[in-house]
Amino acid sequence: MNWILENLDLIGTLALEHLRQSLWAIAAGFLVSLPLGWAAWRYKALRGLVVTGTGLLYTIPSLALLMILPVVTGMSAISEANLIVALTIYALAIMVRCVVDGLDSVDPQTRSAATAMGYGPGRRFAAVELPLAGPVILAGLRVTSVSTISLATVGILVGVTNLGYLFTNGLQRRIIPEVLAGVLAVALIALIIDLLLVLAGRWLMPWTAAQPRRARRARRARNRAPQAVGTR
Amino acid sequence: MIEFDAVSKSYPGGTTAVSDFSLEVPAHRTTVFVGSSGCGKTTLLRMVNRMVEPSAGSIRIDGQDIGSGSPVQLRRSIGYVMQNAGLLPHFTVAENIATVPRLKGTSRGKARHRALELMATVGLDSGLADRYPHQLSGGQQQRVGVARALAPEPNILLMDEPFGAVDPIVRTELQQELLRLQRELGKTIIFVTHDIDEAFLLGDQVVILSEQARKLQVGTPSQIIESPANDFVASFIGAERGQRALRLKQTPTGTVLVDPQGRTQGRLIDENDLDRA
Repeated sequence: MNWILENLDLIGTLALEHLRQSLWAIAAGFLVSLPLGWAAWRYKALRGLVVTGTGLLYTIPSLALLMILPVVTGMSAISEANLIVALTIYALAIMVRCVVDGLDSVDPQTRSAATAMGYGPGRRFAAVELPLAGPVILAGLRVTSVSTISLATVGILVGVTNLGYLFTNGLQRRIIPEVLAGVLAVALIALIIDLLLVLAGRWLMPWTAAQPRRARRARRARNRAPQAVGTR
Repeated sequence: MIEFDAVSKSYPGGTTAVSDFSLEVPAHRTTVFVGSSGCGKTTLLRMVNRMVEPSAGSIRIDGQDIGSGSPVQLRRSIGYVMQNAGLLPHFTVAENIATVPRLKGTSRGKARHRALELMATVGLDSGLADRYPHQLSGGQQQRVGVARALAPEPNILLMDEPFGAVDPIVRTELQQELLRLQRELGKTIIFVTHDIDEAFLLGDQVVILSEQARKLQVGTPSQIIESPANDFVASFIGAERGQRALRLKQTPTGTVLVDPQGRTQGRLIDENDLDRA
């Protein structure tokens, strides 16, 4: 406990760096997954290739990716950019499938109603399909953000400083509180970002806020029904 | 006026939904396409706003071939009401009704004002304006669907089994509401249904269709009931259920009409008596 209190400055600095690296990767993964996911959803021929292809990216061991990437891109292995690109690739592995699933979840009748009213294809995507895919995409984004924030710690192994430093340094010097502080800080950041995403979702998709109550009521009604039959 | 001129629709798989269909749909009247499912009536309807493109033939609105312009512009000029209302779930009631005016560039404030007006027209409480569709009953959703179709002040309304998914009481209410609206607005309506009673209630012109949208009979409800074109039409319009086969029964106080189940449906009144009274 003493160690944590004495090193709050260090933890704070590392946490900020960690947060910055993670947010860049989450944002980049999200933005790149939209056109990729759209293309895979729109063109059936691309679908298998894109969804399976990006999904397989997740199987690349992270340490290996951090060492291979500099060779491919010419970046320095210890640069933040290297870590951010690697994390973006893992984010894509999760996000692309979610974007496709989200767009799939839009009711075809709603889509056809939008067309019948005179939405052109581009406007329909922006105003109808993408917002309605929102809840599924948001669910994917929440998984992505938690996974990215925790995965970012691996950066320390190639020399990119962030909260991962508390793990390696703590292990080498046998300071267990330091390792625990790292775990707690990572979990806390993940929780805060998750909360912010949920709030952003409520704000951007107000129609989903009123829905759960109705769904809950419907579920309760369904559960009640068999009992009513039983008592008769 | 809408003219179908030798319209056909076949799909690559070899199925033919519509074969060589021609019809004049008079302006400011309700024309009902009625037939069992799979007869191509919805395909016919969706050709009018080019949701389906005919494989052959053409459709003209007021003499103008609809195939020449942009389908998006065409759709914005035609009201479309579908089964289950087809409302956009992420738009509020007012936003749903304002959709087409907004697409055409009307300002947000004006479009909302118009939406509130239309809510009154279709009998919706203005307190529902900021609800989402899933917070409404089926009947209310359908009213929103009608209001949305009316928003751009179209001359033509296409209605695809709009009252098919609501319960009978609400359906009756919505049918009466549509009759009232049509008396006030006088739109050119094409209405698709599989319910012959609904067809006779709402239609000025009723078109009875069989497979591949073949016309079995076209006429006013009275013409069809009084002289069905063939046995199939006779059975389709109710001989099989016997609902229309009313018979007379003498009672001490006069003549009454009795349905096949023996229930008295009404009293027979001489037209001359009616005039005198």
